Amino acid sequence: MSLDNLYRRVIMDHYQNPKNRGRIDDGAFTVNMNNPTCGDSISLQMIIEDGRITDVKFLGDGCSISLASASMMTESVKGLTVDQSLELVDLFSRMMQGEDVEVERFPLEDIEALAGVKNFPARIKCATLAWKALGKGIEEHKHGSDR
Amino acid sequence: MNHWRKDFPILDQEVNGHPLVYLDSAATSQKPIQVIETIDNYYKQYNSNVHRGVHTLGSRATDAYEGAREKVRRFINALSTKTIIFTRGTTSALNLVARSFAHPLIKPEDEIVITPSEHHSNLIPWQQVAKWTGAKLKYLPLETDGSVSMDQVMKMVTDKTKIVAIQQVSNVLGTLHPIKEIARHVHQKGGYIVVDGAQSTPHMKVDVQDLDVDFFAFSGHKMCGPTGIGVLYGREELLNDMEPIEFGGEMIDYVYDYESTWKELPWKFEGGTPIIAGAIGLGAAIDYLESIGLDRIEEHDRKLIRYAYEQLRRIDGITIYGPEDRIALVTFNLGNLHPHDVSTVLDAEGIAVRAGHHCCQPLMRWLDVSATVRASFYLYNDESDIDRLVMGLQKTKEYFGNVFR
Repeated sequence: MSLDNLYRRVIMDHYQNPKNRGRIDDGAFTVNMNNPTCGDSISLQMIIEDGRITDVKFLGDGCSISLASASMMTESVKGLTVDQSLELVDLFSRMMQGEDVEVERFPLEDIEALAGVKNFPARIKCATLAWKALGKGIEEHKHGSDR
Repeated sequence: MNHWRKDFPILDQEVNGHPLVYLDSAATSQKPIQVIETIDNYYKQYNSNVHRGVHTLGSRATDAYEGAREKVRRFINALSTKTIIFTRGTTSALNLVARSFAHPLIKPEDEIVITPSEHHSNLIPWQQVAKWTGAKLKYLPLETDGSVSMDQVMKMVTDKTKIVAIQQVSNVLGTLHPIKEIARHVHQKGGYIVVDGAQSTPHMKVDVQDLDVDFFAFSGHKMCGPTGIGVLYGREELLNDMEPIEFGGEMIDYVYDYESTWKELPWKFEGGTPIIAGAIGLGAAIDYLESIGLDRIEEHDRKLIRYAYEQLRRIDGITIYGPEDRIALVTFNLGNLHPHDVSTVLDAEGIAVRAGHHCCQPLMRWLDVSATVRASFYLYNDESDIDRLVMGLQKTKEYFGNVFR
């Protein structure tokens, strides 16, 4: 297995110049998630208005794959409804499990580059961390607004 | 060529198109054919439950299981096999001490002292004991290179200290702690010392009487034995007064309708069908290590780590953590590269190292890093493995040339 299937140029670009890295000043919903087996962590902030993610930013500590994935994830869900976002979380998870998914459904073409991660089983958790955080954040936000 | 390598069949393979270089023995060691065959033989020829029944296979299994206990006793120079309790590993051994010994003993005004470099298995049980009892958990400050100074021990371990729990060798920094001196001071203050020997027993002769420790825990799988077997050594008079934490078959003497009595040591702590194949496999691992000699293994490992340290420190941009004098492992970071990325490139070269926090999150905070790369060595490694690691790291730097700073 060639390393170049994992470390595609577009991944390294996102790693070096991540999109949406930082804090949202106020009014944001925050969710934190760790990968306890390796120590990666992400703090994801979202503003959800009328069921739509109007802004999203992250801070995190992790490897190239996990940070590039967070950068791509935030870039792709900004402006989407929470339901559309949850569909992408599911799509990404299925892609990591090796299913042949329709990558065109991702609003950001770059995400297709992460498909190679599925061939490196030890790194799948790195790629999924940000997406799991998004799923958890949306669920928690839903519960919060139900109450 | 390393003379012991041929005993480890797993090492004779290619990984990702390159001959395997296994540098993760601190996580788990590989197993020599002698151990594999002993376990295989047990299942093929005399698998039976122990301490019950009068049939021939049962007696053979019981003899082999109790024979392994005697091997362990001799291996760590304990006085009696009554003081050797088989557990699932170091973690369950330390949890047994925490729950059965420390919890009933400790009062709210007492203190428990540990170090920031403890593995989670010798840290979380003490956090729990402190919560259950209201006692104070204190961290012994480390020196800048991660070692423990006796000055700090004198300062921190006082009349209030009931328990000092400390590793003999750090699984991240490779530091060898002065257990004998610490034990002497702890005892002078009226406390007890619990030692995590998971990283020391594979690499050096351990003598629990000479160290004069109250409890000593270690795992079989890090010293050429199988997974799922470990040992708790405890001072006999302390173990005698301790209550079992697991109740059921195998550990009882007489069962009345509303109460029961326990077997004598060590069996009162071994409820249920014990880890028979594991213990027999551990016995075979001890035979194997002793046939070489722990002194020779220690000398080999020390020579190797000195070579590794010398070679690695020359790499531009590497940060090595911990003291120069260390046991069998080296932990580092390569520039700004994340340990996962380093480890993935090394894996593509057939080199297995550990990347992550090594079950030592407080120590990672102390080092002010989120994760590190660790290469650890054992008797089957030699200089050529280190050379491959160094080449692999050079390749890693080249591969991430645009990113590396």
